[in-house]
Amino acid sequence: MPEDVKVAAPDFSNWTCPLPLADYPTIVMGHGGGGKLGNELVEHLFLPAFRNPALENLGDAAVLDLDGGKLAMSTDSFVVQPLFFPGGSIGELAVNGTVNDLAVSGADPKFLSASFILEEGFEIAKLAAIVNAMAKAAATAGVQIVTGDTKVVERGHGDGCYINTAGVGVLRAGIQVGPQRARPGDVVIVSGTIGDHGMAIMSVREGLEFESQIRSDCAALNGMIADVLNAVGSAVHAMRDPTRGGLASTLNEIAQASDVGVVIDEARLPVRFEVQSACELLGLDPVYVANEGKAVFFVAPEAAHQVLEVLEAHPLGREAARIGHVTSDHKRMLVARTAMGANRVIPTMIGEQLPRIC
Amino acid sequence: MCLAIPGKVEAISNDGLIRMGRVNFGGVVKNVCLDYVPEVEVGDYTIVHVGFALSKIDEATAEQTLADFRAMGMLEEELASEEEAFARAANRPQSNCPDGSCDRANQQVRESAGQQTDSKRQ
Amino acid sequence: MKYLTEFRNGEIARTLAREIHQVTTRPWKIMEVCGGQTHSIIKNGIDQMLPAAVEMVHGPGCPVCVTPLELIDKALVIAAQPGVIFCSFGDMLRVPGTEADLFQIKGRGGDVRVVYSPLDAVELAQKNPDKQVVFFGVGFETTAPANAMSVHLAKRRGLKNFSLLVSHVLVPPAIAAIMSSPGNRVQAFLAAGHVCSVMGYWEYPPLAEKFNVPIVVTGFEPLDLLEGIRRTVIQLEAGGHEVENAYSRVVTFEGNRAAQKLLSEVFEVTDRAWRGIGVIPNSGWRLNADYRDFDAELRFQISGIHTEESPLCHSGDVLRGAIKPAECPAFGKECTPRHPLGATMVSSEGACAAYYNYGRFLSAEQLAGAGSALSDVPHA
Repeated sequence: MPEDVKVAAPDFSNWTCPLPLADYPTIVMGHGGGGKLGNELVEHLFLPAFRNPALENLGDAAVLDLDGGKLAMSTDSFVVQPLFFPGGSIGELAVNGTVNDLAVSGADPKFLSASFILEEGFEIAKLAAIVNAMAKAAATAGVQIVTGDTKVVERGHGDGCYINTAGVGVLRAGIQVGPQRARPGDVVIVSGTIGDHGMAIMSVREGLEFESQIRSDCAALNGMIADVLNAVGSAVHAMRDPTRGGLASTLNEIAQASDVGVVIDEARLPVRFEVQSACELLGLDPVYVANEGKAVFFVAPEAAHQVLEVLEAHPLGREAARIGHVTSDHKRMLVARTAMGANRVIPTMIGEQLPRIC
Repeated sequence: MCLAIPGKVEAISNDGLIRMGRVNFGGVVKNVCLDYVPEVEVGDYTIVHVGFALSKIDEATAEQTLADFRAMGMLEEELASEEEAFARAANRPQSNCPDGSCDRANQQVRESAGQQTDSKRQ
Repeated sequence: MKYLTEFRNGEIARTLAREIHQVTTRPWKIMEVCGGQTHSIIKNGIDQMLPAAVEMVHGPGCPVCVTPLELIDKALVIAAQPGVIFCSFGDMLRVPGTEADLFQIKGRGGDVRVVYSPLDAVELAQKNPDKQVVFFGVGFETTAPANAMSVHLAKRRGLKNFSLLVSHVLVPPAIAAIMSSPGNRVQAFLAAGHVCSVMGYWEYPPLAEKFNVPIVVTGFEPLDLLEGIRRTVIQLEAGGHEVENAYSRVVTFEGNRAAQKLLSEVFEVTDRAWRGIGVIPNSGWRLNADYRDFDAELRFQISGIHTEESPLCHSGDVLRGAIKPAECPAFGKECTPRHPLGATMVSSEGACAAYYNYGRFLSAEQLAGAGSALSDVPHA
């Protein structure tokens, strides 16, 4: 940085509630974990600074009014390590992640941008593999990557490859979904097994690795979601893809945004046998583990059966399950009914979920 | 420091310094140190904590324990007077859940007992 | 998973719960010492299945809660040093030291890594000869054999760049200290099943006798916990004070001889400070003279640390079972899971964090009116 540029201490006085940020003067890994720390960065730093109506909705995509129509726009950055893991790579994640953010906002994804930040010394062969994976994923999802950028940072400053994608899609007419639209009585449906992606990553993470058949579930959901919306339309009140922070964080976010309580039945959560085993080994709870090819639907009760039928008919939704409902009790809280028949509160994680021995 | 889970030993190797096993935990396989359980052989189940097998699982005892639990359920049906037991439980000196959610859990226990008894009577 | 899933059967769990209801006629306070048992109780809602008269008191059974503050501060200093790879179990990363936690040290550039096993740390030392690899060896007797083997292996391989930052604590002295503390309310113990898989349970009959308490060796799955509680209540109702083994598929009276042998070769008993409770004599293990070369505290010679607990924190009283979390004046105000003052608010089975999450069921007035019994309870 040039010497004459002074970095001013942030002035929090014009922003709401500055206090929590003061606890962590530097970024810690937990800020990226999809839990409370990350949310606070949004609420207390980005939102006050950038404030505008489209942003304040804080949905997976922003809904933009242009003369003649509504677009949805979304962006996501991908920093996963390792870059290649069972079931996929950073390439598929980069395309499908943004496609899914648009799809769960009720839009048909159309166009993506792709920006790369590459570390000096990164092998071209690996980059080629990633780019090919992106091309394949884009073709499968029916989107085009129409613009991009490449930057290089010095060796030691970039973990090989970071990717940012931004996407735009056309909002479907007559569909209004949003995290604030869930209502008491809504049925909560998940499109398939939870925890696959996060545990696939764990299985190859240094210090924690294990052998298994677990593969990431990374997939583009726009086709499956279109089927659901075609069938029941506005009976879908809220949709989300539970990525970092897992199902628990997504359900908590919707409970809070809609000011309702959410109840789920643990016995009904679809979890692959091996994913459950891997979670037992590391002391993790599948409800907090990331997914990259699943959607959660909050659906008017009369349409729930049909939504399940449509999902089960789609290759990505074969293991869809009804897992709970929305209530006006215990507002803003997610409660699970355990296999024992008791209740436990499932809070949002603070940072990221860590393996435990205790 | 108690998170230890059962796994099945699939293979054993010895690199001279340490006896290691490939242990299968419900489809997930890890290499685990078996130095503390010299009696464990391939095919045995063992409890593993942070990469170390600590104890062989006595399978006969495990099965017996489960059988005892199941027998308890059936015996209960025969002896009954659940009404007495629940009436006693209902006269609690104090509740430790002011919001009554324990009461709800107890209610569920009572209800499922009622259902079980009813279905057996049919 | 075999030998795991069967012990989570909901129907049998409800049968066991009914049994407990049938035999309970009076209020009882039972402490489970092990954090893993606390976690399972809360996760499965076991405490909700019990009659209101049976109260589970969550004990000081987790390294997160009891590792001395001074040791956390030393860990932070070591982890922050360049040329050090600091390895730890995940549990320890968010435990607050005086100024920071390991996560923040990682944020400032420290090489802090989560590993599954101490053997992974030994491998790292082998692969990175130019770095000092330090493993944070905390835990009860369950984890000590793993730590002992890691340092034993490092010695046999002649590794000069591996060391252990040790803070092992022992269960039987903790039970004695709890039973001896003024204002103690605990009347029985569930002994930690996996600790006993290592140590056996021959240490417990003298305690049961001296303090007149039933002690039941208990496992971790819902059926194991309910069965342990059931046997404990039966003893309490009958005025018994025996040691029973309710986890016999894993635990034997003499325990694991091979592990105990290596433990005696590597460790020796020492006084240990338990965070929030104070020094309990002969309640810990440290590396003995043969292995002192591998002691990170000696290798890194940390001095001049200013250690200070938050004066608002009453973790110790909670750990001893003297107060409930809601009775701490800082609970839910200065101290929340988001910014914990003490260790019991950090991990999900820390009593305060567990209560915080469950207690949001209760209305704010009920929490405020939960009462304060603190005026005459000594704060360690």
